[in-house]
Amino acid sequence: MIQAENLTKFYGNFQALSGISFEVEKGEILGFLGPNGAGKTTTMRILTGYMPPSDGRAMVAGYDTFEESLEARKHIGYMPETVPLYTDMTVAGYLDFMGKLRHVSDRRNRIAEVMERLDLTDRADTLIGRLSKGYRQRVGLAQAILHDPEVLILDEPTIGLDPRQIIEVRNLIKSLGGEHTVILSTHILPEVSQVANRVLIINKGRLVAEDTPENLTARLKGGRTIQVEIGDRGVDATKVLREVAGVTKVEKIGEGKYELTCDSDQEVSPLVAKKIVSEGWPLIELKKVSLSLEDIFLHLTTEEQTDIEEEMEVQNA
Amino acid sequence: MRNLLAITQKELNSFFASPIAYVVSAAFLAVAGFLFVMILFITREASLRYLFGNLVVILFFVAPAISMRLLSEEFRSGSIELLMTSPIRDWEVVWGKWFAALALFLVMVALTFFYPLVLKLLGTPDWGPIISGYIGLILMGATMLALGELTSSMTSNQIVAAILAVVVILILWLIDALAQYTTPAIGSVFNNLALSSHYSAFMKGVIDTKDVLYFLSVIVGSLFLATQILQSRRWR
Repeated sequence: MIQAENLTKFYGNFQALSGISFEVEKGEILGFLGPNGAGKTTTMRILTGYMPPSDGRAMVAGYDTFEESLEARKHIGYMPETVPLYTDMTVAGYLDFMGKLRHVSDRRNRIAEVMERLDLTDRADTLIGRLSKGYRQRVGLAQAILHDPEVLILDEPTIGLDPRQIIEVRNLIKSLGGEHTVILSTHILPEVSQVANRVLIINKGRLVAEDTPENLTARLKGGRTIQVEIGDRGVDATKVLREVAGVTKVEKIGEGKYELTCDSDQEVSPLVAKKIVSEGWPLIELKKVSLSLEDIFLHLTTEEQTDIEEEMEVQNA
Repeated sequence: MRNLLAITQKELNSFFASPIAYVVSAAFLAVAGFLFVMILFITREASLRYLFGNLVVILFFVAPAISMRLLSEEFRSGSIELLMTSPIRDWEVVWGKWFAALALFLVMVALTFFYPLVLKLLGTPDWGPIISGYIGLILMGATMLALGELTSSMTSNQIVAAILAVVVILILWLIDALAQYTTPAIGSVFNNLALSSHYSAFMKGVIDTKDVLYFLSVIVGSLFLATQILQSRRWR
């Protein structure tokens, strides 16, 4: 649905993007992750046809975003960062205007439907200038989904929202996947792991990593980690647990608590549970620990940190 | 066309949602009314000839006040990003906005139509020069609005856009004064470039195709340039 080939962008002498390539399949939700100035917004602006790339090209829904910009734009819903809206228009008036520009058929019903979905119905006649940040964000989202586009590009969609609204918006985005192809950028890591099927991490205009949120975590840690707690405090289970197939390392992390590092390609938990039970120890807890993406983020994009500090970050997870 | 009309309609709503339209119209009508009465008392003539000559001077300021926000405000608020990523061509944005400004101006002009009616009550006006004068005034206003939109495309600051527009309009108005200081060939270029030299005939009741074409080409030229400038923003 979306192909980006070798996207490069210069602002004067400053190189904002240096050769980013990626593809997004239909129905996928792709998360763009990166610190400020990484090139997320630039990439999105190229995909939406707002600006041409200095080199490379982007295709959306089969159309070149620069050569056939107008066609490509018809298939895109875009929500820019800090959604710029016309403050002197009412919510309904604004959506009506955007609907006209996108040639939405049966505009009135569609607008009512979208407002209902985003809980905006009771603000239909309020001036956008009088709305709170959260409501404005929702209006921005409403205009993006108004014409039921195949591709949705959302730049920091949850920025400035309160926790309840953040959850609502994330659920909304999740519900849009499958039918729509979604790209969202964020610097909030739990957001990406909750919402996206796949993550691209960008730093200084380069693609640093590309994977599923789970795999990225696994890849960084060099395997999966399981924590177990057994009720028999007297015994040292380290040796026994080490014998389970697939376990590469066992560490005692507390009274009766162990952390097991396992090969990522096998499901080790049932084997571990079986082993513990067969030893006759009461199994109190067994859980998978996945490293939060926050740490990957630090690991991947923070260059100032020394290796030791990075290691600390990982340990503290 | 649908896109263009959508832009025009939205822009007109914005004019009337903000105080600008009311303040500018009120100011225009107050000054125009004052001039009309003064001129009528002084000349005791059932004509609008002198009024049209003076109204243009008000337009120097009224037109930029209407046009200054057209594009500048979109740049300032960032809403241009959503407009330029909608499936709509850049020229449709520029022309749609100009039509809205023109519509507002036409409303203001229409509100002065009772002046000739007053003349009709008091005497026997010659309708020819009144009609041609109105056509000239409207063409002049439309041209100034196009020039104003051009300067509005250059900056995200409305005030700067307005000042630039006044300067450009004044230069184009006065440029024929330079004619006498140069060679006749260059002088005639200046004369033909000047807004003022294409306006006087309308007040006398003459509608010259050359004058009409001049105004239309300045309008098309300004809006073309404004579109180019808008497009060039994509490359920055």
